[in-house]
Amino acid sequence: MMLSIKNIHANIEGKAILKGINLDIKAGEVHAIMGPNGSGKSTLAAVLAGREEYEVTEGTISFLDKNLLDLSIEDRARAGLFLAFQYPVEIPGVSTTNFIKAAVNEKRKYNGQEPLDALAFLKVMKEKMAMVEIDQSLLSRSINEGFSGGEKKRNEIFQMAMLEPKLAILDETDSGLDIDALRIVANGINQLRNEHRAILLITHYQRLLDYIQPDYVHVLYNGRIVKSGSKELALELEEKGYDFITDETDLTAKA
Amino acid sequence: MMNTAYFKDQFEGLADDSSADTIKELSKAAFESYNHSGLPSSKLEEWKYTNISSLFDKNYQFSKNNSEEELSYTSLKALNLPGQNEANVLYFIDGRFMPDLSKIRSSEKELVILPLEKAAAGPYQKIVKEHLGSSSKYLKDGLHALNTAFIQEAVFIYLPKGQQLEIPLYLHHVTHATKENILSQPRSLIYLAENSNLQLVETYTTLGSMDSFNNEVIEIVLEEHAFLAYYKLQNDGPNAAQVSSTHIHQIGKSYVQSLTISLNGGVIRNNLNLVLDAPGNETHLYGLSLLKGNSHVDHHTLVDNKQPNCFSNQLYKGIASDTATAIFSGRIIVQPDAQKTNAYQSSKNIILSDQATIDAKPQLEIFADDVKCSHGCTVGQLDEEAMFYLRARGIPLKSAESLLLQAFSSDVLTQIKLEPLRKHVEQLISAHLASS
Ligand SMILES: Nc1ncnc2c1ncn2[C@@H]1O[C@H](COP(=O)(O)OP(=O)(O)OP(=O)(O)O)[C@@H](O)[C@H]1O
Ligand SMILES: [Mg+2]
Repeated sequence: MMLSIKNIHANIEGKAILKGINLDIKAGEVHAIMGPNGSGKSTLAAVLAGREEYEVTEGTISFLDKNLLDLSIEDRARAGLFLAFQYPVEIPGVSTTNFIKAAVNEKRKYNGQEPLDALAFLKVMKEKMAMVEIDQSLLSRSINEGFSGGEKKRNEIFQMAMLEPKLAILDETDSGLDIDALRIVANGINQLRNEHRAILLITHYQRLLDYIQPDYVHVLYNGRIVKSGSKELALELEEKGYDFITDETDLTAKA
Repeated sequence: MMNTAYFKDQFEGLADDSSADTIKELSKAAFESYNHSGLPSSKLEEWKYTNISSLFDKNYQFSKNNSEEELSYTSLKALNLPGQNEANVLYFIDGRFMPDLSKIRSSEKELVILPLEKAAAGPYQKIVKEHLGSSSKYLKDGLHALNTAFIQEAVFIYLPKGQQLEIPLYLHHVTHATKENILSQPRSLIYLAENSNLQLVETYTTLGSMDSFNNEVIEIVLEEHAFLAYYKLQNDGPNAAQVSSTHIHQIGKSYVQSLTISLNGGVIRNNLNLVLDAPGNETHLYGLSLLKGNSHVDHHTLVDNKQPNCFSNQLYKGIASDTATAIFSGRIIVQPDAQKTNAYQSSKNIILSDQATIDAKPQLEIFADDVKCSHGCTVGQLDEEAMFYLRARGIPLKSAESLLLQAFSSDVLTQIKLEPLRKHVEQLISAHLASS
């Protein structure tokens, strides 16, 4: 098992957001998580990446046979966990290229590899830039500074391509993308899909899943996974909305 | 408190004959003024954060007149910053200007360097008489008076009309605190004639493990169309205290850029005065204090707008960790005649520890009605979202902090137009951040 989440509860500022999440992901699998606004999808992603504001009050997470909750944010990343942010931050004054180079070399160091020299790095970068069709001019700017919404998302996938994670968590990478960009980004993700890598897609829309067919679809509602199924579940949600699940859940909760 | 009798003794012992009359009179009056006011006490609002008089408990001495014998040009050269070997360099040892050790690469036609006394007695008499000591109208404290009282082995620097000096001029202050606690009092008068251009760099080195106190006064005058870029790099030991007063008088429509980088040192106080005394003057003041340990940097700026249509902009940034203190106090005066003044000021700070102190205080005194003035100060922490983003890509905590702090500093650093100096400062800063 690559990732195994058992009964995770998490709070922010004393408020319970995740209320017992269970999820197992194997290498090679693509899981989609859907669910209404505010249900806790980004919170789950943040807890996995190690955001310190969230307090895990119960449960365990193992990632590649390590206790994930014991690892620092940076060690999780170096061990192969990648989070594509729903809202990537702008960091004026820090060059995107230098930042990505530092990130790549930190990971190599962690894995006992020599750092890439400037030339080798450039070569990898060129290759991955072509893959997500991102322009050099964006990468010579400060991190995400003044990037459009779509450019930010594309930059996230570019970083994923550069870092070659074992587990990629993509938080609404599809939202804010125009039709062409969605196709390009989805294409990029598909190229990164392989039997050694797992992907957790957080999305509201079936259209992303048309491009990237998931092995499993889960519905997160009110801090719990209330329904899991195959890719057909997403189609059903598209058709009926969340009501048919959430009503059921609320009823069971009351009963 | 340091024995006033010591100063009296020393003052009376000054060689009487060597000094020009102008200087003699000035010194005498200043010594009386010092006797009257004493060292600035922290009870004074202007000195609230910087307790100078308590530093004098440790009895600083003026150095004996013989430190040259121990410092050769070769040993001084080892202290040079990158780029300094190609520049004009004036060394001050224990506050005394050392003509023999200094290295002037420009010709006499391009750059005049004279002991102040010679200038006061010779062809520059008029300039010296008119401008030496003019800063005392603005800096009335006892420490400033003490410097003037002991004007000795000071320097006069003159840029003739139309001289666009391409190589910079370094003032390198070396204090030789190997045996005693040393009080040094360098003094300079710099005159930029019409259409001249000077890049001035000041740097400080204390040798030895005793304490040093550098009580420095520089007066700079700019005529019409003169240009001054003035860089000050403060990166001395924790035993090195300094009060550095720079008084810049723009008597013709001219341009000044000043940039102060403060990285290491003991107690540091910088007084920077700009007197905009001709219509259309332009001034840009930048500061970056990057402080850790117990460092203390107190910036006081004053921009006095006396004539219409002047522009000034100030950007001071501070970062304080550990128990460091970073103070910025910026005063802008707009005199009644100074209509259409544009005066801006901004102080931005990051505080990295609970025990660090940051204080920023603007003071606007506006006596004209058609002016644009603004000021702003911020004190914040590192952006948590940005920290998380960087770390989530595998960048370790310390490096992430360092990246963000370098980014924070970058708009000040890019203003350093002397390439070797900028590179050097950038390297100092990354090493500084990596080691904290
Ligand atoms: N810093 C915070 N302080 C208080 N509440 C928070 C904080 N961060 C998140 N929450 C709350 O936690 C809940 C879950 O938020 P989360 O961002 O995980 O939702 P989501 O499922 O990703 O929603 P969306 O589909 O809109 O992205 C929301 O009710 C949100 O308001
Ligand atoms: Mg979300």
